Amino acid sequence: MLNKDERRKEQILRMSGVNPRKCMRCGKCSGTCPSYDEMEYHPHQFVYMVENGELDALMQSDSLYKCLSCFACVDRCPRGVEPAKLVEALRLTVIREKGANHMTPNDIPALVDEDMPQQALMSAMRKYAK
Amino acid sequence: MKVSYFPGCTLRTKAKQLDFYARRCAEILGVELCELENWQCCGGVFVSAKDEIASKLPSVRALAAARDAEQPLVTVCSACHNVIKQTNYAMQNDADFAAKVNCYMSQDPEPAVPYAGETQVYHYLELLRDVVGFDKIKEAVVKPLTGRKIAAYYGCLLLRPGKVMQMDDVENPVIMEDLIRALGAEPVIYARRNECCGGYVALEDPASAKKKSNAVSENAAAQGAELMVTACPLCKYNLVKNGSPVPVVYFTELLAEALGVKEDTYAE
Repeated sequence: MLNKDERRKEQILRMSGVNPRKCMRCGKCSGTCPSYDEMEYHPHQFVYMVENGELDALMQSDSLYKCLSCFACVDRCPRGVEPAKLVEALRLTVIREKGANHMTPNDIPALVDEDMPQQALMSAMRKYAK
Repeated sequence: MKVSYFPGCTLRTKAKQLDFYARRCAEILGVELCELENWQCCGGVFVSAKDEIASKLPSVRALAAARDAEQPLVTVCSACHNVIKQTNYAMQNDADFAAKVNCYMSQDPEPAVPYAGETQVYHYLELLRDVVGFDKIKEAVVKPLTGRKIAAYYGCLLLRPGKVMQMDDVENPVIMEDLIRALGAEPVIYARRNECCGGYVALEDPASAKKKSNAVSENAAAQGAELMVTACPLCKYNLVKNGSPVPVVYFTELLAEALGVKEDTYAE
């Protein structure tokens, strides 16, 4: 019988389709990540921390919202680990909780200027809210 | 040739030039873009989690409509293209996901025949390369852009993930450079042409987006570019908003200029 943390890890792996055990810890994902400087936990840390079941630290970190979903880490990983998909699965696990949206439509007017494309708003709502 | 066309939300509002010139140039090149009826917003980004179903339905509906019209589906916005192509790939390769999607779709008022990834998806650039042909475009050029040094900006969405997008080499793409050459100009190669502009993070962390956009535009300028072209409204926004030293236009505007149909109304 899996305990709560093990079940949650199981779910993250299933949602993301990622197998962190493929990682050979070369660090290329973090080396190529354009948001490296803004992140508390970096892509390679997402991989091994999920593997170790250290989910709370990741789920409480703002790093979830610094990922640009640019997929640089996905395409440049020599082992096909796809770290961005773990970040996404963790972020969704957080915002799927009631009241846990990172951004709501009410926040938008203060954040936009007249040139901001709709694409940005749609993307933010997909990434930050449920 | 007739193709189904999915313009997307931003092409109706902040990126009208991208759409307007895509349609205008397609006419000249003998392709009829048939806008899908009742298309719905793609959502801007593909959510990679396998258990996200509802957010992908608009793309599947568009794909099914194109299949029913027996046409390939063409998009010109990098984001729409990325979302629709990734959704199509998931429908082809993830049977569990496809079954759930078709189950949802069967509740539509006029449900389509279950969709299994049959539609061919083209970005407009792929349409130009694979259907029209860059040779034919070269012949159609009436105002060659001779002597202009132009930097193609791919960003992240056009090429990645490479195994899904299948558009070009993800690290050494040539599709936009080949187009620039066909229009008579000289492509400028620079290291950051396939790095991210900062994307939607511009909304809550503009400083982060500024850093990434400036790294791109300064790199293009340093390599001698006098103009940058993109297929993505958000890339253009981030580059321009953050003070790119090089002007940025949509690739369809450049194409229109060379084909002699650029109008002052939409000039930058």
